[in-house]
Amino acid sequence: MIEDRTFGGRLFSAFNYTLLAAIALISFLPFVHVIAGSFTTSAELAANKFVLIPKVWSTDAYRFIFSTNTIFRAMTVSVLVTLVGTLFSMLISSMMAYGLSRRDLDGRKTIMFGVVFTMLFNGGLIPTFLVVKELRLIDTYAALILPIAISAFNLIILKNFFQNIPEGLEESAKIDGCNDFGIFFRIVLPLSMPVLATISLFYAVTYWNTYLNAILYLDSSDKWPFQVLLRQIVVLASGIEYSSSLDAAVPPPDQTVKMAVIVVATLPILLVYPLLQKHFAKGALLGSIKG
Amino acid sequence: MRATGGRPAEAALKPPARMRAGSELGRRLKRNKLLYVMVLPGILYFLIFKYAPMYGLVISFQDFKPYKGIAGSDWVGFKHFERLFTEPDFLQILSNTLILFGMNLLFFFPVPIILALMLNEVRLSLFKRTVQTLIYIPHFMSWVIIASIGYVMLTMDGGIVNELIAYFGFEKINFLLSPEWFRPMYILQVIWREAGWGTIIYMAAIASIDLEQYEAARMDGAGRLRQIWHITLPAIRGVIIVLLILKIGDVLELGFEHVYLLLNSMNRDVAEIIDTYVYTAGLKQQQFSYSAAIGFFKSFIGLALVMLANRLARKMGEDGVY
Repeated sequence: MIEDRTFGGRLFSAFNYTLLAAIALISFLPFVHVIAGSFTTSAELAANKFVLIPKVWSTDAYRFIFSTNTIFRAMTVSVLVTLVGTLFSMLISSMMAYGLSRRDLDGRKTIMFGVVFTMLFNGGLIPTFLVVKELRLIDTYAALILPIAISAFNLIILKNFFQNIPEGLEESAKIDGCNDFGIFFRIVLPLSMPVLATISLFYAVTYWNTYLNAILYLDSSDKWPFQVLLRQIVVLASGIEYSSSLDAAVPPPDQTVKMAVIVVATLPILLVYPLLQKHFAKGALLGSIKG
Repeated sequence: MRATGGRPAEAALKPPARMRAGSELGRRLKRNKLLYVMVLPGILYFLIFKYAPMYGLVISFQDFKPYKGIAGSDWVGFKHFERLFTEPDFLQILSNTLILFGMNLLFFFPVPIILALMLNEVRLSLFKRTVQTLIYIPHFMSWVIIASIGYVMLTMDGGIVNELIAYFGFEKINFLLSPEWFRPMYILQVIWREAGWGTIIYMAAIASIDLEQYEAARMDGAGRLRQIWHITLPAIRGVIIVLLILKIGDVLELGFEHVYLLLNSMNRDVAEIIDTYVYTAGLKQQQFSYSAAIGFFKSFIGLALVMLANRLARKMGEDGVY
């Protein structure tokens, strides 16, 4: 489109650009503030509250949080749950999606209805908890993975993608003596790398961000993933709800420490964000097409 | 799990009834054996973690005791549902939930639409991409991170927002503990996390609009605002309605995590919603049946509303969701 050169058009543009720039800044500045705050001293933060770029650099906060192994342990839990969970989710989601994408699978409509229905109606927290308990998964890491192993939304995106792979490719592989497993692993998956990357990242973000399932299903605090620890540190320190789970003898951490813990939780996502951004918009749209 | 007990038996009964169709089916099952093997783990997942809990909702008609199990617990009919509607606590919680939902619809829902319209008017693609990059980020942060950043910025002792307020000579506000500030704080965090991400689907709908329409409108002397009003908005009407239906289906689904993270003993009167109440009553106080009844009520209302909204949309000549 050509730029509108009337006075009204220019006024509109000026207003539009300014407002959008302001919105983008406001939505990003909290992260900058927290990152900057985490890299300065408590004294500097107390004296100069509006830091966006620290005048006095300090890694005290990070040295403090990494001085015990609590953070490392929670980090390890989160990383392992994210890796194992994403692999497991991708394996069973893509296999199911591939099966459902094949016209010769009997009952695929019924199964699809069953999947979509779970998006509209669910048993809710208590019955799900009882199932997890019945399966003896309480206080195991499996409870952070199995109950959310497949997202119906992600499954539909994958199925739609597989459906668009030309059937001729599969036919010719079959004639060459390839079975369905072979077709799936050697032909379909290599052709689907972009969508597999997108969905893997979606799953990974979900597992990394796991909070609800951790507080529902984990009893022992040494199994906590990072998000639960983060919540404990920040909220405890704000003096709002006192939690007995953390040692009462330890003085509440100050702002810089809280910020450092937030940064540690945020960083992995900011690091994969460029990757995410490359694919996600497409992924989000694929999913909106009716299954 | 027990809910699925009937299935294999049914499948086994079918072939003898219709021999030829059965053997044909058998052949196809055999030929696609591996496909079924691939689909099986997924089906098991849905049966165990989605359908078994649905069956588990029967405990809302029982006085469920974990050690007795579903088979051994006593049936009590609608007792828990009756309690639900007579308990003043529950009415308070229901109204809190509905108010938050109303605010979501009123203050959050239009934001991504407006943002998408604004972004669409940007001609400098570098500027557009930069803005998009920045406003999508919060979506990928967990509610714990969002709420934690909220805590750090809003706290009375040293939070940047209160320092700014003090700097301009006003009195500090205890955002985190005050009942009046809970709702604005909640909705602002929802907007911060989701508004940018929400634009994607509208941007895609806008991208498919035929550019000649704008050309023609300009010839007729329509300004930018009139073009938005008469071309862009009508073109994305369908998408808006579909998303509205889905949103209405989520009426009581406000996100346990977010509200739970903001909830504390001082703002409980306004912040306790159905989800957080189910958690407290069910798992902390072990009232399994009563809280399952509340959950059932919630899921049922959600389903009914989606269907209703969908029917309305169809009546208005739109596509609907299904």
